Amino acid sequence: MSDCHDCGNCAVVAGPLPAGRSSARSHVVAIIGPPNSGKSTLFNRLTGLRQKVANFPGVTVEQRVGRARTRGVREVILVDLPGVYSLNPRSEDEQVTRDVLAGEMPGIPKPDAVLLILDCTNLGRHLVLAAPILALKLPTLVILNMADDLASRGGKVDTAELAMQLGAPVALISAAKGQGVEKVFQFMEGTAGGTASLSAPKVELPVLQDIPKCRQWAQQVGYGAAYRAPAPPLWTRRLDAIFLHPVAGIAIFAVVVAAVFQTIFSLAKPIMDGLQALIETSGHWIEGALPDSVIRSLLVDGVWHGVGSVIVFLPQILLLFLFIGILEDSGYLARAALIADRSMAKFGLQGKSFIPLLSAYACAVPAIMATRTIESKRDRLATILIAPLMTCSARLPVYTLIIAAFIPQHPLLGPLLGTQAGALLGLYVLGFAAAIVTAKVLKSSVLKSERTPFVLEMPPYRMPTLRSLGIRLYDRSKIFLHRAGTVILTVAIVLWVLLHLPLHNGKAPEIGQSFAGMIGHAAEPVIKPLGFNWKIGIGLISSLAAREVIVGTLGTIYSVEGTEDSAGLRHALQNELSPGGAVALLIFFAFAMQCMSTVAVVRRETGGWKWPAIQFVYMTFLAYVCALATNEVVGSGVLKVIARL
Amino acid sequence: MQLNVNTAADAARNSAFAPKTLAQLGRGESGVLDHLDLPDDIARRLMELGFLPGQEIVPARSAPGGGPRVYRVDGSEVALRRETASRLILRSISKGDNRKT
Repeated sequence: MSDCHDCGNCAVVAGPLPAGRSSARSHVVAIIGPPNSGKSTLFNRLTGLRQKVANFPGVTVEQRVGRARTRGVREVILVDLPGVYSLNPRSEDEQVTRDVLAGEMPGIPKPDAVLLILDCTNLGRHLVLAAPILALKLPTLVILNMADDLASRGGKVDTAELAMQLGAPVALISAAKGQGVEKVFQFMEGTAGGTASLSAPKVELPVLQDIPKCRQWAQQVGYGAAYRAPAPPLWTRRLDAIFLHPVAGIAIFAVVVAAVFQTIFSLAKPIMDGLQALIETSGHWIEGALPDSVIRSLLVDGVWHGVGSVIVFLPQILLLFLFIGILEDSGYLARAALIADRSMAKFGLQGKSFIPLLSAYACAVPAIMATRTIESKRDRLATILIAPLMTCSARLPVYTLIIAAFIPQHPLLGPLLGTQAGALLGLYVLGFAAAIVTAKVLKSSVLKSERTPFVLEMPPYRMPTLRSLGIRLYDRSKIFLHRAGTVILTVAIVLWVLLHLPLHNGKAPEIGQSFAGMIGHAAEPVIKPLGFNWKIGIGLISSLAAREVIVGTLGTIYSVEGTEDSAGLRHALQNELSPGGAVALLIFFAFAMQCMSTVAVVRRETGGWKWPAIQFVYMTFLAYVCALATNEVVGSGVLKVIARL
Repeated sequence: MQLNVNTAADAARNSAFAPKTLAQLGRGESGVLDHLDLPDDIARRLMELGFLPGQEIVPARSAPGGGPRVYRVDGSEVALRRETASRLILRSISKGDNRKT
């Protein structure tokens, strides 16, 4: 870190600070504000670090650290904190904020300065948080965000007078549009140089524990600064009249969900076919360019086909994240939580559980971390335990492959929904059903508790920005390709080795006689009742690391076997699996907890091995029994009847 | 939690027709909050969100099928379940002593 003093414009760090080394010299600035006030958007502006932002209260559940792009001698470390309404924590994410500010968070030095970010379209209420923050006596910049909204809706505020009232500098900015952000840089460079300090506030700070007094104080300060609240957000009210309409609201909810699934299939298909062709052509090209050797086989059959067969699914996963991103950023997701609350309550959960569960459709790991916003410990644990049953994006490659191979494409609901998209939607519903039934069982037995109230602030609707959506997709691609480059690459290489040993007379054995084959054969008695043969068995074992690995594994196996052609895996699978076995495989993947990252995050969030162990055993058992039943039922001819329709 | 016994009792006596809790208000009507009949930690959270005694509250849309209702309070919109709204007790006279914000 010592060698980048003069290039402070480009440096970015992710994850926790290397404690000790930097804390001696670097200047630590915390970003604090109420939920949905734009902390993370500002953090992205200041650091260039890609931090997840959405138009939903409580998106940042863990402190994030990044290096600010300031010009100065000392480096400035920014800490982005979960949103709080006060410094009296009620949930885990609010506790994080309190701990960091008090200097009690391991690995994060006590902040030297504070950026207090408030939504100036609702300054009266947001100013309440200024009281406890200013009472900390740290150099503080009060940032009034959403200046563009304030102006367009006819509100105004005298920032100079507000600064006098508070005894702290004030900056009016729009973090989303980048207006006024230079004032924030100036402040940080000033405090890093030791020039800024607080002056005495004109209006004396209230007793912090007394909320009505704090609100009165905020009122008085706002009045002093000639604050005029903007007109109500008319568009939000108009849109709510549609999205929360008793009939239209439900219909739109259903159409949105169906359209997302249909588009994931139909729109992604040509892109994926193109990518598939590209990977195969380049595979042949590499094969032609290299002499016939063990290295060539490892490179082409092992790495290229193994990793390539997973990378093909990147467009589809990005499309899913694009849709979730639009729903989150627009503010619709909060309405969806509202619509879902009544149904969630029937299963002992609440609308707030809906948010982590919805993000579990993308990935269970951030979803489990997002449960920190749930105040009730038992509700939180129940949500953690059921989150991996939601259909995460790692299941998508497996589902798509098997559905495309075994379900004939017919229109189901006109052009809106075809049989393949319908089957995929069915699998998503299945995962959701398993999750809520499990929740019901948990909440009426071991995790029984009082109903906790559902309190959710509704954000105004906003047009999602290309910048924010772009950051999400960039982030997702990076994570996905990183996994393809590490976990999946490792599994592909190990698998290739296991497929080529032990040598027979100096030559690689038949797959059946290889180490991988032996492992598969050993597993066969257990999985045969499910309709899986030993090759699928190898795939299942390798997918314990991560679900999508099975696609890469099968890609490698069939590539080694030489059955890989332009139609690829799909044809190979059609020969390999009976219809019963194929559906059973889908069901198995719907329920089984094949994801080491999830096990690790559950262990961390629940503080021990007990709950992840229970969860793993439960989900594997559920997967096995349901796959067994499916193979029996479908194998007896049900699918033939459906196919004839 | 401060509990204004007199006001609550007066409200019960004087206005048989006037809504007594937030849950009884219809969409677009308005009421002034008197006190929160809820456990302390939940009451604090609601107060932080703007549900303070003396504050005017206007119910807006509810989720389809009788789910939580959105309430306009202190410049923002907050959704509450009916069971929570029924513990927010209103002042008996909703006109006249509104503390405008």
